[in-house]
Amino acid sequence: MYFDDEPVPGQDLPILPGHISPGRLERVLRAGKFAVTSELAPPDSADPQEVYDRAALFDGVVDAINATDGSGANCHMSSVAVCALLTRVGYAPIMQISCRDRNRIAIQGDILGAAAMGVNNILCLTGDGVQAGDQPGAKPVFDLGCMSLLETARTLRDEGHFLSGRKLTYSPRVFLGAAANPFAPPYDGRVNRLEKKIAAGANFIQTQYCFDLPRLKTYLSQARDKGLLENVFLLAGVGPLASANTAKWIRKNVPGIHIPDAIVERLAGAKKPKAEGRKLCVELIQELKEMDGIAGVHIMAYHQESAVKDIVQESGVLEGRVPWHPNRDDKSNTKTD
Amino acid sequence: MYLLRRFSVNHARGMMRIYNTLEKGLIVLQPLWQKIGYERAEKPVALIEKGVKGLLFDCQMCGQCALSDTGMSCPMNCPKQLRNGPCGGVRENGHCEVKPEMRCVWVEAYRGRGLLGTDQSKEVFHEVDYQKIGQSSWLNVVKKHQAEQAAAAEEKSTKQPKA
Repeated sequence: MYFDDEPVPGQDLPILPGHISPGRLERVLRAGKFAVTSELAPPDSADPQEVYDRAALFDGVVDAINATDGSGANCHMSSVAVCALLTRVGYAPIMQISCRDRNRIAIQGDILGAAAMGVNNILCLTGDGVQAGDQPGAKPVFDLGCMSLLETARTLRDEGHFLSGRKLTYSPRVFLGAAANPFAPPYDGRVNRLEKKIAAGANFIQTQYCFDLPRLKTYLSQARDKGLLENVFLLAGVGPLASANTAKWIRKNVPGIHIPDAIVERLAGAKKPKAEGRKLCVELIQELKEMDGIAGVHIMAYHQESAVKDIVQESGVLEGRVPWHPNRDDKSNTKTD
Repeated sequence: MYLLRRFSVNHARGMMRIYNTLEKGLIVLQPLWQKIGYERAEKPVALIEKGVKGLLFDCQMCGQCALSDTGMSCPMNCPKQLRNGPCGGVRENGHCEVKPEMRCVWVEAYRGRGLLGTDQSKEVFHEVDYQKIGQSSWLNVVKKHQAEQAAAAEEKSTKQPKA
C-alpha cells in the first residue's frame, strides 16, 4: 500500500481526520490492513550503524519497529536513542517505555522529547523486575505502573498538560499502546486488565507470545462480549522457537510465556527443529490473520531477527503490500500502486 | 507473617466488617482528632496502625490504603507495587515472577475480591504518592471525610442565596 503522501525522513505526515497521530502504523490499522510489527534488539554499543543494520533486517515486511527499553532488566542502548536514530531515516518506531528505571518526571520529559524527534507510537509497559536482569543490585523505581503511565501519556496528549497541571505549548501526538498477556493467571482478571488499559488510554495492544490459540479465542470472546475490541487494535505476539529445548527453557525460566505441550512435542519430533519452529510461526500468523478481533501480529524473534523477513513473506499476510522503508523507493524500484 | 497475610485474605469479609466499624468510629471521633491536632495524633495513631496492619497484611504504611479495593491483599507487597491488577509475569502456579516463593499479590486480591463480592472496576487507581509514605491512612481517611463535608457545606451555602 502506498500513501499519497509518503514520508520524508525527519518530517511528520499530516494527521488524517479521525486519527490521533501522524504515524504510519495508525494509518495501516485504521485502513483495515493486517499490520506487522517486530522488535529490534538494541545493541550493546554506541555505534549508530548497528541500529541501522538491525532495522534493515525488517525492511519491507514491517509497519513499525519496537525499540525495547532495557527488556529483561538488561542494559542496552536506550529506547529513546534507538528511536531517535530510526526516525532520522524515516523508520516508524514504537518506543517502549518501562516504569522500572525512571520516575514520572523523567518519563514525561522523554515522551515530549520522543514526540519532538518524530516518534508517533509509544508502548507503555510496567517492565521486568530488576532481579531478572544483569544488574540485580539496581534500584527498582516503579514510580508509575503501566496503567498510570498510559494515563500520564494520555494526559500529555489529550489534555495538553503535565500531571502537575502545568500547560504544554504543543502536545505529543502519539498513538498509545499497551501490552496484554491472556496466558498468565489470574485468567479471570485478564480481560478486566484490558478494559482498564483501554480506559486509561490504550489505542493498540501487543500481546505476549500466542502459542495457545484456544485460550486466545476464549480471551477474545470475553473481550468482545464487553465491547472492548471495537475500541482497540490488537496485535498478537508471535515468534519462532529454535528447538524443543529452547521452548522448555523458556517455559521454565521466563514467567508469563505459556507454551502448550503439543508444540514442544512437535519441535522435539522434527528433524530440523529450527526450520520447524519457523514453519510453526508462519502457521500461527496465518491462523491469527483469520481470527476475528486480531488486527495484526507482533513478531518477537529473539536471536532470530534475520528470519523475520522470510517468515512474513511466507505467511503472505501482507497480501503484496510493501511497507515503506528508507530503501524502498530507490531508482531500481518502480512505483506500482 | 506470610501465613497471616493469607489468613487475612481468606477472611476478607470479616476484615472488611471490622474496618467499616473502625472507620465509622474514627469519623465519629473527628472532633477529638481536631482537638488533639492531626499532627500530634499522627505519630501514635500511625504506630498503632503499623502494628495492627503490619501483622495482618504486611502493611508498609503507604499512607493511602487500598485494602478495601484489593480484597485485603496489600499491593505494596507486589515487587512492582502495582495498584491496577497483576503484571504479565505471573507464573502458572499463581506465584510472583520476582519472588517465586510468594503467591502473586493480585491473584490473592482477586480471590479476596471474590469473597467480598466487589466487582472488578474499570477505575484506574493512581500509583503511590510518595508524600504520604509513613502517614496514617486512617487519619487520612478522616481528613478526607472532613474536607468533603466542608466542601459540601460550602457548596450548600453558596447555592442557597441564589435559589
